[in-house]
Amino acid sequence: MKARVTVTLKTGILDPQGKAIEGALKSLGVDGVASVRQGKVFDIELAGADKTKAEAALKEAADKLLANTVIENYRVELLG
Amino acid sequence: MKYRASRNTGPLKAMKSAILVFPGINRERDMARALRLISGHEPVMVWHAETALPKGTDLVVVPGGFSYGDYLRCGAIAARSPVMDAVRDFAGQGGLVLGVCNGFQILCESGLLPGILMRNDRLKFICKDVHLRVERSDTPFTRGYNAGQVIRVPVAHGEGNYAADEETLKRLNGDGRVLYRYCSPDGDVGDTSNINGAAHSIAGIVNERGNVLGMMPHPENHVEDIMGCTDGRGLFAGLVAHLDRAA
Repeated sequence: MKARVTVTLKTGILDPQGKAIEGALKSLGVDGVASVRQGKVFDIELAGADKTKAEAALKEAADKLLANTVIENYRVELLG
Repeated sequence: MKYRASRNTGPLKAMKSAILVFPGINRERDMARALRLISGHEPVMVWHAETALPKGTDLVVVPGGFSYGDYLRCGAIAARSPVMDAVRDFAGQGGLVLGVCNGFQILCESGLLPGILMRNDRLKFICKDVHLRVERSDTPFTRGYNAGQVIRVPVAHGEGNYAADEETLKRLNGDGRVLYRYCSPDGDVGDTSNINGAAHSIAGIVNERGNVLGMMPHPENHVEDIMGCTDGRGLFAGLVAHLDRAA
C-alpha cells in the first residue's frame, strides 16, 4: 500500500526559505504569486494491507519523527 | 538552580564529562580539548548507540557538527538515538547537560529544551565571532561570569534562529531562563546585533530545572590564548566550580 505524509509549517511560523522562493518566482516574472510556504512530502510504502493499521503507523511516524509539531502540521493520505 | 555554599578548600572535584558522538558530529574533539584543559580530566566519548552513560558522569555534552547530515531537520535523527534515553534519565535526576550548536538543536528536538532552531533569517551560514551578554551569574552554566558581562565567542551555523510559541517565550524570559543573548560589543541587545533573527536575541536557554543548557555559540573554541580569545573558559570553569561546591 502506498501512502503520502505531507508536512507543512504552521501559520505564523516564519519561513525564510519560502520567502526566498517567493522572491525568486516574482523576479522570474511568474504572475499572480501572492505567497509561498515550503513543506516536505514523504512517499511511504507500507507492507500490510490493513488501512486502519496503516493510518495508525503513519500517524505514529509523523508524530515521532517526520514532523516537529512545535512548528509543523502534517497530513496523512493512503493512496491505495 | 540552588547549590550549597562551599566550605571545601581542598582540591577541585574531578568533573567527569561524557561527550556524545553521532555520525556527522565534528566538534567533539574541540570540546574534549576544552574540557581537558579546564577540568584537568579526560572526557569520555560516548557513541550514540550506547544505552547507558559512564558511571559517575557529572556532565553530558552534546557537541556541534552536522549529525546525520542535517537530514530531515537539524538534530532530528540524533535526538531519537538510543543514548538520548539515557541522557533524558540523567537530566531527570538533575544531571548537567550542555548542548552546543548542533547539540542545542538535538536537545530541542529531543524535548529536553523547548522550541526549535530555524533557518537563519537571512538564509546565510554565519561563521564569525559574536558578542554575547551573560544575563545572570547564579547558574552552573554562567557562574564563571558576572551578570551583564559581555563575552566574545564564535558561531558557525545555518540554523540558529531560535523560535518558540509566545507562551514559551514569555516563560523563558519571565523565569530568567535565557542565559545568553546576542548583543553589541557594548552589551546592547537589538536587531542590529541579532545575527540570525532569533526570538528576543536568544543565544542560549536552560530547561525549567536549570540543569540543561543549549546554546548556538561555541565557547569551547575560545579557551586558549592561541585562539585569540579566552572568553569561553568561564563557562567550563563555572561548571567545575559548581560541581566542586555540590560535592
